[in-house]
Amino acid sequence: MNSQKEKIIKLIFTILAFASLLFLLGIIIVLFKESLPIFKEVKLHDFIFGKHWYPTYDPPEYGIMPLIAASFWVTAGAMIVCVPLGLGSALYINEIASFRQKQILKPIIEILAGIPSIVYGFFGMLIVAPFLQNLLNIPSGLCAFTASLVLGIMAIPTVTSLSEDSLSFVPKSFKEASYALGANRWQTLIKVVIPASMSGISTSVILGMSRIVGETMTVLMVSGGAAIMPKSIFDPVRPMTSTIAAEMGESAVGSPHYHALFAIGLILFLVTLIFNVAAEHISKKYRVKLGLNR
Amino acid sequence: MSINNEEKIKIKADNINFYYGQSHAIKNLSIDIYDKKVTAFIGPSGCGKSTFLRMLNKMNDLVPNTRAEGTLLFDGQDILEKNTDVVSIRKKVGMVFQKPNPFPKTIFQNIAYGLEVNGVKDKDFIRKRVEDSLRKAALWEEVKTRLHTSALMLSGGQQQRLCIARCLAVEPQVILFDEPCASLDPISTNKIEELILELKKFYTIVIVTHNMQQAARVSDYTAFMYLGELIEFDKTATMFTVPKQPKTEEYLSGKFG
Repeated sequence: MNSQKEKIIKLIFTILAFASLLFLLGIIIVLFKESLPIFKEVKLHDFIFGKHWYPTYDPPEYGIMPLIAASFWVTAGAMIVCVPLGLGSALYINEIASFRQKQILKPIIEILAGIPSIVYGFFGMLIVAPFLQNLLNIPSGLCAFTASLVLGIMAIPTVTSLSEDSLSFVPKSFKEASYALGANRWQTLIKVVIPASMSGISTSVILGMSRIVGETMTVLMVSGGAAIMPKSIFDPVRPMTSTIAAEMGESAVGSPHYHALFAIGLILFLVTLIFNVAAEHISKKYRVKLGLNR
Repeated sequence: MSINNEEKIKIKADNINFYYGQSHAIKNLSIDIYDKKVTAFIGPSGCGKSTFLRMLNKMNDLVPNTRAEGTLLFDGQDILEKNTDVVSIRKKVGMVFQKPNPFPKTIFQNIAYGLEVNGVKDKDFIRKRVEDSLRKAALWEEVKTRLHTSALMLSGGQQQRLCIARCLAVEPQVILFDEPCASLDPISTNKIEELILELKKFYTIVIVTHNMQQAARVSDYTAFMYLGELIEFDKTATMFTVPKQPKTEEYLSGKFG
């Protein structure tokens, strides 16, 4: 009786555990099935490197380079914002902040993570964009720069929270050993604490990046939406995610445009997959170096 | 307490009190630590022996909300004074911890670390010092072919000897051992004890231990502490044969612990 019950419970949990694998497979199959037909219309090379995205023109052009470039610039800009700020606050919270400050700062940063992305979009659209437009005297505040800024702020909690966790996992004994050898606080931080938590720090940066690349609502609202090759970071742009969100509704199901949007989705999926695998790989590599999985 | 006027005093503690917040961890402790001798501190958990040990290299400074009173003279200089150069004290007073705590770096980097943070740049000098330190810690033969592999791959006993080597590399005058064998097997413990007896030719050694036999085997002087007070301090041979205080005798005979 008991052993049968156990078997059933085991079976239920096995099914639950493998359910996400099933979903993943389903998504991959759909992505491939729906995106492959576009390559009958346009060659893979032209699709990726084509500089013109005019899916509704006659004849249509399906070059997604402007979208990739937009995603790239927005992400790169956002990383410049979120990495120093995110790591800086993690180091401050972990090493310098008093107990009281820590109690205030950590929850605040985590609240920042809980704000829905549409609110960030709002904030970017109504406050940051007009402000930058006036300040920098640019034609439109809705541009790659603004998107970078807003997305960068949005990704700070991901970077801070994960890297602070990994900093706080560094055993106190490492720090004590370092101090006992006559090292000062900065030497200890730079030569012992940071290297020992490198896996968590790099994972946090990659996951922050993957969040930025995949973010849709905010970029749709603040990036300006022009699907042309950006010449500067102050140009309006249309990253891959916002292209899909903006155009999926108006493309006829089964049309080449529809398949092209799926193909963009597939590329996004592959990019974030690479980031996540890289994050996993890095944290494993450092774990081996730390000798923790002996 | 001074018990031997013939010996050179390395550290002189005078009327030391130490507080963790409200809790009074060390009470009016006065003791002399003699140069190039092994002094063992024994006593039940919470008696203040580790706290005192960590005062000697200012490790308690890292613990918030603590307070120290009294004078602690290291070669005549009071290291409890506010403007004491903590880094220079820690260079002179090395420490080996209860659990081996090598850095997650290679064996070589572990030993070179103390030199690097103290500004040594000369690569040849570092290489030579790494080898010397490992030899002194009786570890060289076991690791010489794998200096550039992770220190965490070593066994517990080897890791502890590595920590000793790491400490020797910065050429301290005093070495503090905080229950160095608490997490080691008997064979490794034996090796560490042999090493301590070898090291006392060149260094002043203070060891905190739970293991009375260990204190008897390695130390020249023994201090018995109980509830923050120094109950008895004497030559090890004397204390283990004819303890003067009834409390010491009870502890040594295992009536409490």
